[in-house]
Amino acid sequence: MDKKLVREIIAKRVAQELNDGDVVNLGIGLPTAVANYVPDNMDVIFQSENGLIGVGPAPKEGEEIKDLVNAGGMPITTLDGAVFFDSAMSFSVIRGGHVDMTVLGALQVDEKGNLANWIIPGKMVPGMGGAMDLVVGAKKVIVSMEHTAKGKPKIFPLCTLPLTAANQVNLIITEMAVIEVTPDGLLLTEIGPHNTVEDVIANTPAKLILADNIKVMEI
Amino acid sequence: MSKKIIDVADAVSKIEDGMTIMVGGFLGTGTPHTIVDAIVKKGVKNLTIISNDTGIKDSGVGRFIYNNMVKKVITSHIGTNPETGRQMNEKEIEVELVPQGTLAERIRSGGAGLGGVLTPTGLGTIVAEGKQIIEVDGKQFLLEKPLRADIAILLGHTVDTKGNITYANTARNFNPIMATAADTVIVEAENIVKVGSINPNEVVTPRIFVDHIVGSDYNG
Repeated sequence: MDKKLVREIIAKRVAQELNDGDVVNLGIGLPTAVANYVPDNMDVIFQSENGLIGVGPAPKEGEEIKDLVNAGGMPITTLDGAVFFDSAMSFSVIRGGHVDMTVLGALQVDEKGNLANWIIPGKMVPGMGGAMDLVVGAKKVIVSMEHTAKGKPKIFPLCTLPLTAANQVNLIITEMAVIEVTPDGLLLTEIGPHNTVEDVIANTPAKLILADNIKVMEI
Repeated sequence: MSKKIIDVADAVSKIEDGMTIMVGGFLGTGTPHTIVDAIVKKGVKNLTIISNDTGIKDSGVGRFIYNNMVKKVITSHIGTNPETGRQMNEKEIEVELVPQGTLAERIRSGGAGLGGVLTPTGLGTIVAEGKQIIEVDGKQFLLEKPLRADIAILLGHTVDTKGNITYANTARNFNPIMATAADTVIVEAENIVKVGSINPNEVVTPRIFVDHIVGSDYNG
């Protein structure tokens, strides 16, 4: 499937999890696109861990504002009611349970809701940035990612990479599936518009519990 | 004339080999580039750098790494600067990776006279290795110890001649916290104004934390 379409499916499906009034932190990369699909008439407050609430859309080229960027260093705008604050306040918002939903990517995620997304020892050590605090502090943690990385699976019985946090993931959304993390394990509730349940199982080493009526994503 | 306003050369003369330096900024936004550039030009060695990230290649905090001036860096993210990763893998520098919120609180507690902070962040991960776990009312927390520095270098937007600081947009980030946690605090000011011309309600960093003010040459 075309990468652009994959990303669009994921971002649109994640956007369906938004609720009016939610404070939401979107990770760098794929999760950022979720902001493009906020339902009309819904007031969602986007937080960026470098120190603001009220993130607006990206500025037009040539209209960037000095010292106004998101946590990925990309130019942004602010909406009316936006507020800037320092990093201690930013993480009081995050760690203190004032973020309703955080959306971030994963290297690996597992049946226990464990997440690994900050280090591949000996190979890639970017650091955790704000991810550990976000995953621990946000009320709802959504992993949004392509179902496989260059054909290799990412959803396992148990993560083998060092964890970002233990038992914190609530929901996994990929272009192929919506999977809830439950006390009994991973519950497959929806499949993507371009694949079957069997495709999901074939690309998921973790054990999947099949919901009674698995739906096709409505996007 | 305010006694606090000094030349960047005078500011840099306070920085010596082996010092621990806090550097404000987040991927270069809010980083005092004029002071950083002058320190690089002076060429001190064996610094311990405390900063959110290590910038981008030969820019901002990244310049200290790129020019082999660093012994250790305490930071939350090095992914935007491959040179930091290379030096870490070659064991040329030590990198202590700290969750961003924990880094903010360790600096804040260093400046606030606290013995550290208790955070749930990092429990069940390698961040918890070798650290004390403390149970409070049935909940587990990691004890994270305070951080302080010999010198903090900050970027302020508008600074009055006594050192009161306001910040611009997302250039605030770690600057106000670092202002409280170093023996000597130097702010690079994009604008210097007469004392009394900033509304006291709008001052973010009170002047008592600020030792020196340097005018900014940077127009990024």
